[in-house]
Amino acid sequence: MVETFPVTKHKNTVQLAGFGLGLFLFPWVAQRIPYLDHYMDVMVFVGIYSIMTIALCLLMGYAGQISLGHASFFGLGAYISGVITTKYGLNPWFCLVVGMVVSAAVALAIGAPSLKLRGHYLAMATLAFCIIITIIFNETMAVTGGPDGLAFIPGIGIMGYALDSVVKYYYLVWGVVFVVLLVCLNIIRSRVGRALRSIHGSELAASAMGVNVAKYKIWVFVLSAVLASVAGSLYAHYLNFINPASFDLFVSIKLLIMIILGGMHSLWGAIVGAALVTFLSYEWLQYFEEAEVMIYGAIVLLIVIFLPGGVVSIPEKVGSLWRR
Amino acid sequence: MEEITLASQLLQYTITGITIGSIYAMVAIGFNTIYNVTEAINFAQGEFVMLGGLVMVFFRVTLNIPVVFSLPLTILVVTTVGILLDRLAIRPIRKPSVLVMVIATIGASFLIRGAAMFIWGKNPFDLPPFSGRNPMTFWGAVVQPQALWVIGFLVVVVIVLTLFFDRTIMGKALRACAVNPNASSLVGINVKYMILVSFALSAAIGALGGIVITPISLMEYDRGAMLAVKGFSACALGGMGSFSGAIIGGLIIGLIESLGAGLISSGYKDVFALLVLLVVLFVKPSGLLGSVEVSKIRKF
Repeated sequence: MVETFPVTKHKNTVQLAGFGLGLFLFPWVAQRIPYLDHYMDVMVFVGIYSIMTIALCLLMGYAGQISLGHASFFGLGAYISGVITTKYGLNPWFCLVVGMVVSAAVALAIGAPSLKLRGHYLAMATLAFCIIITIIFNETMAVTGGPDGLAFIPGIGIMGYALDSVVKYYYLVWGVVFVVLLVCLNIIRSRVGRALRSIHGSELAASAMGVNVAKYKIWVFVLSAVLASVAGSLYAHYLNFINPASFDLFVSIKLLIMIILGGMHSLWGAIVGAALVTFLSYEWLQYFEEAEVMIYGAIVLLIVIFLPGGVVSIPEKVGSLWRR
Repeated sequence: MEEITLASQLLQYTITGITIGSIYAMVAIGFNTIYNVTEAINFAQGEFVMLGGLVMVFFRVTLNIPVVFSLPLTILVVTTVGILLDRLAIRPIRKPSVLVMVIATIGASFLIRGAAMFIWGKNPFDLPPFSGRNPMTFWGAVVQPQALWVIGFLVVVVIVLTLFFDRTIMGKALRACAVNPNASSLVGINVKYMILVSFALSAAIGALGGIVITPISLMEYDRGAMLAVKGFSACALGGMGSFSGAIIGGLIIGLIESLGAGLISSGYKDVFALLVLLVVLFVKPSGLLGSVEVSKIRKF
């Protein structure tokens, strides 16, 4: 089976500039249109999820591995930030870094043994990991507050300037997204990116060409775990409240759905997918309550069968129909 | 009242462990049936068990049909769901890589779970046991009669499947697909049809598991995911694709879970099975009975 990837030779300067400008102007527009002003709040969550999906897209779309444990790294970041800042009053930025280090170590411990093997052992290992972490969050009441969650997490500031409004936090989160996107777009175009694509194409061929398959897969897994932890810290300081349900297996699968829906082989798709699923679950599907599970299932099946390239492949498909 | 000794406690946990382990073994056998033909893990396997329990409740309790008729009816309904899953979700995929099939079955499991919630709501349902609720006692340990049904049905499933795979043409064709799908299609085996059969078969086995366990542990719409994970741990422990491995793995996982919950901590009950899964993956990824050579050429 041969899969072709869109090889991006040109630098995405135009798209990036447009994307950045759009993000910069969005608050200005949204705050002037009634009914849209609360979209700012949703957009903060879109940003937080995008930080995770961009890196996860590298892992799934390029290294060809499924992780069902990213909600746990998200949770590790959130709980490390939440617990240390509320119990010991340390600087939130310091806690964010602690979360990154811990997540990297955990990801290495889980990823290294399972990624050295061929096949999808990572999916199984992370599945088990995710459920274990959720149970630990629920059971260690003294530290995490158990199922009731952890409240009164302080906000975050830069050099004494408190990011105390939605708009300020919006700029912080999307600033991080922009940097992550920039870095990951560069990774794809670099030697590492070509190696990752070759692994997805054929592990055997890649290793025959001298690509250290295991090393690259572990590297991407650890990177995506660290970014998920950053997203978790930002989430905790934004909401000021966390509970285990925000980091369970369902969230891991939601991240998966974001990537499938947006388009597995495109980093832009990761952001589009994060936006669509976040708006679906925070806004459009609220009336369905728990039945949203069914709608997500239907979306996944429809995408997998009829639109394997995800939403970002629609323009291309329409274009090819037009030319015919 | 008899005195509760450590020995009788241990015996109690062992019996509970074997009972629940039999269900995990059935889930694991279901996994293996599909895995052997498609090399993909069917994440909706747990939903078959859940459906088996709830459809049986509908026939047995709501419509009051005797067990002799409601049991085959339930298996028929769930098998139909399995066939539909293959026809509507798996077969239409144009580029069926393992990654895509795993994602499709996750989507399907969400769909089934959501539908079950619509139909039955969120409350757990009870089912009358097949032969009364009068417990028997062995050396201080209490045994539900239903536990014997569970173990008995596992034995029946194993015997029937062994005969099916060894003695019938279709069983042999399924085994051929497991070894090499391309070569099988060259000798005239319809691989697509075999995938359909494997989905039907594993749905039927899952349904049976759900039917026999519901009188002991009740059943609700969201039980499937955890059952699938445990069955999966059993599968990995025994060795992917090995039927005897699935049974041994299932029983061991059940025992570890029951002993761990009883002796160490019940809050961490679900952690024990998963820790076993992690340890197996890291120490001996081919499982207890799986061969290293085979696991090297596998795609999953």
